[in-house]
Amino acid sequence: MNLNEWINALLGGVLIGLASALFLLINGRIAGISGVINHLFFAQDRLWPALFILGLVAGAALNYALTGTAPTARTNFPVGLLIVAGVLVGYGTGLARGCTSGHGVSGLGQRSLRSLVATLTFLSAGMVSTFVVRHLLGVGL
Amino acid sequence: MTYLVSLIVGLIFGFGLALSGMTQPEKVLGFLDIAGHWNPSLLFVLGGAVCTTLVSFYFIRRQPKPLLARAFNLTNIKKIDSPLLIGSALFGIGWGMSGYCPGPALALLAAPNWELWAFVPAMLLGYAAQHYFSKPAPQVKNAPTEPRSCG
Repeated sequence: MNLNEWINALLGGVLIGLASALFLLINGRIAGISGVINHLFFAQDRLWPALFILGLVAGAALNYALTGTAPTARTNFPVGLLIVAGVLVGYGTGLARGCTSGHGVSGLGQRSLRSLVATLTFLSAGMVSTFVVRHLLGVGL
Repeated sequence: MTYLVSLIVGLIFGFGLALSGMTQPEKVLGFLDIAGHWNPSLLFVLGGAVCTTLVSFYFIRRQPKPLLARAFNLTNIKKIDSPLLIGSALFGIGWGMSGYCPGPALALLAAPNWELWAFVPAMLLGYAAQHYFSKPAPQVKNAPTEPRSCG
């Protein structure tokens, strides 16, 4: 990891925090992506979550256009792993009512103990899961 | 006007995600893989984001109301219960398997590769399943319902 990567990670993080702050200050809402997805599918007003996700995609597109690079698929990454992981991520963040953004960024910003517990739980579960998949099963490296 | 704000906030959020490197699953797994070549990227992203929200939320929460809405739409759930713990653990397992969490997975639709066409529909299926199974049972029909505002 070089210095440039550190700076981009930090700047990107600050922008994510800034977006979350603006959303709370102006619209009074938490910028949590799993919450936005839930609103898009299961709430009455679907326009704001649709616009938020449109902006999310456009913002990433803008960055990829400016840098001239975009992430590519990993070689030989098992499709079954992605499908099982997708279901777990959707089901889990729905049940916990928050993901990395809702609990991790905005919840910690509110100094919520509930969000701190959630964040420590998914970080440690993620570390165990990565260890099992990569080092015990030898998959996806 | 609040709709325009949603679009612009999404735009900043998506740009930040892409800039930070979080839309590269190898980097996320590089952080979670403490037994491999550890990559601290995610620590910088989360650190930068949480420092920003910690300071700004302190001032925002002292406002009587948001600038363009009637009231703050925040959850009042404080309880640390089993759905929180089980849900976060399941999410962490899926995250550690794939390197994708919901934000980056959606942002990557800007430059979709085949991985997303497997992950994103599966994730939406997971939300639908959770929503379906969480429908309140008859005996708790009169319990107060909370808005799904968090997360």
